[in-house]
Amino acid sequence: MANIMIQQGEKGGLVFYLPKRDLEASIESIEFDTPEKWGGELKLDNGGTYYIDPIAKPPRLPISLRAKRLGAAED
Amino acid sequence: MTTLSREETDALIAEVLEVYPEKAQKDRAKHLATNDQTVEQSKKCITSNRKSLPGVMTIRGCAYAGSKGVVWGPIKDMIHISHGPVGCGQYSRAGRRNYYVGTTGVDTFGTMNFTSDFQEKDIVFGGDKKLAKLIEEVEQLFPLHKGISVQSECPIGLIGDDIESVSKKAAAAIDKPVVPVRCEGFRGVSQSLGHHIANDAIRDWVLDKRDGAAFESTPYDVAIIGDYNIGGDAWATRILLEEMGLRVVAQWSGDGTIAEMMNTPKVKLNLLHCYRSMNYISRHMEEKYGIPYLEYNFFGPTKIIESLRKIAAFFDDSVKEKTEAVIARYKPMMDEIIAKYKPRLEGKKVMLYVGGLRPRHVIGAYEDLGMEVIGTGYEFGHNDDYDRTIKEMGDATLLYDDVTGFELEEFVKRLKPDMVGSGIKEKYIFQKMGIPLRQMHSWDYSGPYHGYDGFAIFARDMDIALSNPTFKNLTPPWKKVAAEEVKKAA
Ligand code: SF4
Repeated sequence: MANIMIQQGEKGGLVFYLPKRDLEASIESIEFDTPEKWGGELKLDNGGTYYIDPIAKPPRLPISLRAKRLGAAED
Repeated sequence: MTTLSREETDALIAEVLEVYPEKAQKDRAKHLATNDQTVEQSKKCITSNRKSLPGVMTIRGCAYAGSKGVVWGPIKDMIHISHGPVGCGQYSRAGRRNYYVGTTGVDTFGTMNFTSDFQEKDIVFGGDKKLAKLIEEVEQLFPLHKGISVQSECPIGLIGDDIESVSKKAAAAIDKPVVPVRCEGFRGVSQSLGHHIANDAIRDWVLDKRDGAAFESTPYDVAIIGDYNIGGDAWATRILLEEMGLRVVAQWSGDGTIAEMMNTPKVKLNLLHCYRSMNYISRHMEEKYGIPYLEYNFFGPTKIIESLRKIAAFFDDSVKEKTEAVIARYKPMMDEIIAKYKPRLEGKKVMLYVGGLRPRHVIGAYEDLGMEVIGTGYEFGHNDDYDRTIKEMGDATLLYDDVTGFELEEFVKRLKPDMVGSGIKEKYIFQKMGIPLRQMHSWDYSGPYHGYDGFAIFARDMDIALSNPTFKNLTPPWKKVAAEEVKKAA
């Protein structure tokens, strides 16, 4: 599990940030994206995948969450 | 020198790497790249923020340098104790020219060096008692200070001193903030982690201390984040923002105070100049307080105008009107400078190697003068820095990360730029090779370079360096004669 932050990208879309490794990547797809259920599997543009427990859609970004790494980025 | 094609640049990199042993060659190859503007993600072409190879000459600093030297040091009304042996603080004291207003030694302490001067016995028996005593003495001798930060040097982490508990006790005793910062030099691969640690310490020990306190705010409150007022940079920036009708509540951290930092959560917008060293705290404020941050660039009129409009877009029409008026007012001044210097500087080529934000931020300023940046690199940049750099640099230009002394020298010999922009460690090597160098860390004791006022100085300085007649006279007369004879004979 790692602490991550999800924020709004400058050109729209979501940006994923992993402070521990100072990794910034845009999120290509998010599994659940409805007001009640938001989260699940995150696919990043660097090839990595992370999982966050689905929550109600946060009213405001950025938000800090705990995420599980499913597939590593090629780094 | 003509610009190289993509193949030629690739070949150049391969050639320079040839002298290394195989393993080093493989490692260094990842840090050198030919710029390709179509790449969206820098990690596809360049690796950064990795440990430097043993045996090569790197010019990186340590985490302590990132925390004490960059982030905390400029906060002028605090006393920053370099906790550990005397050298780390003394040899970096007052070297960064973070200008400030105040009476040094009375209410401001920027250029002074405070240290616990560790001796052998402190390493053996621990230095906590010494630190407590030191804080007591500081309080007696400099009663007007507004807080203390304890900047750990290497030994503190090695011997396992508990500076947190000393700090807590001392803070209660003197009733002022005492901030322990765990920025021992051995942490991380460069000063970059020091920035991060320093940001986290500000977040945990300073930022929220005035939450809920009364504050008279206006809709136009902003903070300047990541401007260290080198040669007066932050002042040049502040003038412009105030002319736009904004109110600058805090300067982080050049000419800044701890009170300003505590008031920052009340602002409407954070203006982030040095992304590398202060993006951490900006992200935190965005999440916790809902304050958006905006990266801007105040080098050279093109980028200034772009940034001013970007900032103004956050505010109402009155600010937008004033911004247009500011742009219009400075236009004749800028036109005059460009008319004067562009014909002298046009077509000149520059190679940069700096840290923080400058390898990409100053490109626009050079281009405004008709100059071209043919190579750039960061001492301690991360992927996100290179992401932002690729688009600024021309296609097939050279990118180098944590470049070694040897590589940079070779690149310069081959690419023959008209000028190099780097630091003091490179300055005399290249000047002796006959290439003018301007220090782009300290502005070569000049500055400011930010804002419209800064651009005037920037243009003048570049002209001074390039037009210096010295560089035409590097060959002594007796060698010149020989060279001419050879030419004649040929
Ligand atoms: S690496 Fe350690 S000993 Fe060296 S300057 Fe940094 S803190 Fe001091």
